[in-house]
Amino acid sequence: MNLSVPNIVILIVIGLLGVGAYALLTVRNLIKVVVALQIMVKAAMLALVLAGRLQGQENLGQSLALTVIVADTIVAVVGLALAVEVRRVVGSLDLKALTTLRR
Amino acid sequence: MLHLLTAVGILVCAIQAIRSRRLIVSALWLAGTSALVALELYLLGAPEIGVIELSVGAGLVTVLFVFAINLTGEEAADLKGLIKEPLAVVVSVLSIVLLGILLVPGVDRAAPSFGEASLKAVLWGNRQLDVILQAALVFCGVLGVLGLLGERESAAAEPGHSEDSE
Repeated sequence: MNLSVPNIVILIVIGLLGVGAYALLTVRNLIKVVVALQIMVKAAMLALVLAGRLQGQENLGQSLALTVIVADTIVAVVGLALAVEVRRVVGSLDLKALTTLRR
Repeated sequence: MLHLLTAVGILVCAIQAIRSRRLIVSALWLAGTSALVALELYLLGAPEIGVIELSVGAGLVTVLFVFAINLTGEEAADLKGLIKEPLAVVVSVLSIVLLGILLVPGVDRAAPSFGEASLKAVLWGNRQLDVILQAALVFCGVLGVLGLLGERESAAAEPGHSEDSE
């Protein structure tokens, strides 16, 4: 596998998705969960721009990436607002403290 | 070469954002990831998206994170995960490998070039539904910010309420 530009971007995408997935599986702090989601969305955005470039439809890929940026920001805002509320009601940011079922 | 350096920087920043114990440091590493992703988008020939990502991803989202961390207070983030560490490593590595097998052989073909409309025409002309959806999303975001801000006001207003009434 040669290190052409599309291959490097593919490596970034795969790496970011892997880091985000690992974090989502292991992290218990609500704010850290939002950080992990942000990392995965950045990978999706890069993948959209790269796919548009490879298919010769750069502007379509870029406009989709723009939509992803907006959605990503709103996810961060709503997630952080939820974290603040959870902290106020439950008293902790730990995901495990959220459940009332016994584990 | 610049692509490779940017790639290494993005991955290092992302890993540090996950690994660092303090939430505020984690948010700053995430801002670094955003900035480098914006650079990579610029190098890929998407300068408009790069600028928007830089201002929104590295600017606005970081401010929101710092604000939320201020509100909730710094917590020790070294709790053990809900599932066992080796299982998480295996699952994430497996998903990376599967994705790599799927993606890597197919990306070296030459780009077919169609006659394509400009970014402005594609965004505002062909995808009105997405623009409407974005407006709805921004409205949700405003409600979310109100949730963030309203929390502080109610917390500040309750002790101060008696002073106001006096």
